[in-house]
Amino acid sequence: MATTLFRQNAARSALRTLKPITGARAGLGGVTCTRGKATLPDLPYDYSALEPSISGKIMEVHHKNHHNTYVTSFNNFTEKLSTLSSSSDQSPQSIADQAALIPLIKFHGGGHINHSLFWENLAPKNQGGGELPSGALGKAIDEHYGGLDKLKEKFNAALAGIQGSGWAWLVQDMGTGKLSIVTLQNQDPVLPPLRPILGVDAWEHAYYLQYQNRKAEYFGAIWDVINWKAAEKRFK
Amino acid sequence: MSNDTYSLPKLPYSYDALEPAISKQIMELHHSKHHQTYVTNLNNALKTLSSSQNDIPAQIALQPVLRFHGGGHINHSLFWQNLAPPDSAEAQFSAAPKLTAAINATFGSEQAFRQKFNAALLGIQGSGWGWLVKFENEGGRIGIVTTKDQDPIVGAGEVPVFGVDMWEHAYYLQYLNGKAAYTENIWTVINWKTAEERFLGKQADAFTVLKASI
Ligand SMILES: [Fe+2]
Ligand SMILES: [Fe+2]
Ligand SMILES: [Fe+2]
Repeated sequence: MATTLFRQNAARSALRTLKPITGARAGLGGVTCTRGKATLPDLPYDYSALEPSISGKIMEVHHKNHHNTYVTSFNNFTEKLSTLSSSSDQSPQSIADQAALIPLIKFHGGGHINHSLFWENLAPKNQGGGELPSGALGKAIDEHYGGLDKLKEKFNAALAGIQGSGWAWLVQDMGTGKLSIVTLQNQDPVLPPLRPILGVDAWEHAYYLQYQNRKAEYFGAIWDVINWKAAEKRFK
Repeated sequence: MSNDTYSLPKLPYSYDALEPAISKQIMELHHSKHHQTYVTNLNNALKTLSSSQNDIPAQIALQPVLRFHGGGHINHSLFWQNLAPPDSAEAQFSAAPKLTAAINATFGSEQAFRQKFNAALLGIQGSGWGWLVKFENEGGRIGIVTTKDQDPIVGAGEVPVFGVDMWEHAYYLQYLNGKAAYTENIWTVINWKTAEERFLGKQADAFTVLKASI
């Protein structure tokens, strides 16, 4: 069978992605938008700034390519939805087409939200990465988990238990104020009544170039670059 | 319950045999590390299961772990066998005359089939697999099925003809986020001889590879 061998590399596909116009920062989790469009937020640090926990290469592909794909796909599918929903044709077929877009919007919108929160809850060591939480969040962690080390242990067990692609989150219940750890599959975002405090990407693309199948090492190393100040700001 | 344990099946080719479609480094990690982990965890789960004989809650609690790691072992065992070096006779579409006829009848052409299969692969959200499946209980029709994580094709009368691993570990070291290129190149290493045999056989025939690895 004669099939041409495709040789696409990440750098090439990165060039094809649109450079977003820098827009006004929206309040939520650093998710930015310009003229009704979601845009890729700039990282608050260099790609190599999280080394040795996360390599510069991983950060670059993860931000420029993976995250950007979620942004452009989200815009693409929401635009399709708004065209369909503003049309005078609201036949069963049109409604079925609109319904079919919802899971795609959830997936790519979730991917955009999750990665935006993730970049923000990471920080280089020389900018406070890994520094133990103080204030109200630190107190809540002590009370609820008996200290940061116990929280890490539980969080890493949750990460290790993810079957397939997903995320682990430290969340706060908006009603009770209680902390807990949840895992969510694929790009499902943290939704009310839960509030995201801290997220870790457990997709293979988040660590594979550096850690390959040794994901426990990635889960261990990420704590050195957790931005507890950002987590503290999310905690109410 | 028997105390047999599963073991990692040997690859029917060397780690570098699928280059340039799949690199040696990917194949080595994928087989010796990822697949091995599924085998190890499957055996552990089976051991726990056999010591929970009169404990139905414990048995039920084990089901997700068994499904995931057992599925991982099944899927990878089938996957290695339905791949072949690109210049081998097995990797030619002509090695599957009966399946070719069914593909043409169902999808219009080989080209249209590949397009549809690739669209299905690229539509997977998260980790999963794409399969061509024969449905024995539906007149032997064939169809494209995607599954999440390590869910295996084991339903009544479902014969996995061939599968493509769409977990990121299956292509990332070579293709990074360029998974479309991986789904194009995989067609150069599909083992059509194995696919034809599975298509002509029954579900149990496809799974003989598992018996061999006990
Ligand atoms: Fe991603
Ligand atoms: Fe990610
Ligand atoms: Fe795999």
